[in-house]
Amino acid sequence: MSAEDVRDDARLALAAGPGRVLVAVYGVFAIAATGRSLTQLGLDAGRAPFAYSLSLVAAVVYLVATTCLLRGGARAWRIALVAVVVEAVGVIGIGVLSYVDTALFPDRTVWSHFGQGYGYLPLVLPFAGLAWLRATRPSVRVPGGSPS
Amino acid sequence: MLIWLTLLVALVAAVALVGAVVMIVRDESPPSDRYFVVLGVLLLLLLGQAVGGCIALAATERAVEGVTFVAYLWTAALVVPVGAGLALVERSRWGSGVLVVMALTVLACQLRLHDLWVAA
Repeated sequence: MSAEDVRDDARLALAAGPGRVLVAVYGVFAIAATGRSLTQLGLDAGRAPFAYSLSLVAAVVYLVATTCLLRGGARAWRIALVAVVVEAVGVIGIGVLSYVDTALFPDRTVWSHFGQGYGYLPLVLPFAGLAWLRATRPSVRVPGGSPS
Repeated sequence: MLIWLTLLVALVAAVALVGAVVMIVRDESPPSDRYFVVLGVLLLLLLGQAVGGCIALAATERAVEGVTFVAYLWTAALVVPVGAGLALVERSRWGSGVLVVMALTVLACQLRLHDLWVAA
């Protein structure tokens, strides 16, 4: 199915064109964050319970965003928006907190130091996500009708 | 662990990365058959590395973080067919963009695998 077909589809496509790259990056981060949080919590949860719980939150956010982008549609768009906003607040909040209160973070999370361990991509990603969601916002097109 | 295999994987991934960037610049899509041969070689190397890595892990005396190590081995191998599939579906510059993400992910995994092995 080409990008044009997808656009003509009644369902709002969130994983076509630029969205395809976005979904690839979100997918990688979903795997990375899930893997990280599960090994952290599974192997030594007591070492840094706060940091590891945040890893799990990050994992859930990435999983939700990836799923919504893949599914498409107006409802997935709204859920994706919430996930991406949580992600933006999370990465900035945890980024600041990890510098201010180092005692809270005996071990790192995906969002520590603004995602330093991941080439600062976690800091850029939510804003790329917001830009994409803005470009595809459902009110621009009438579902099932011709683009207006 | 088999440093030459890690380097070889990184080299082929770098070739795939450069190829994808060239495709974006020239606006070529879908990728050529030759490009898929490179991806095929990369996948075979990664599968070899994944099996070899698990064997090396079982044989080594080092205290390598086993779960994480194996997860990186198989993630690197998994990323290639998914990336290739997305690039075939998305026949535009963005499809080549997915291949850039794929190649960078494989490179990042190689770096982490090396760190995990050396740090232990």
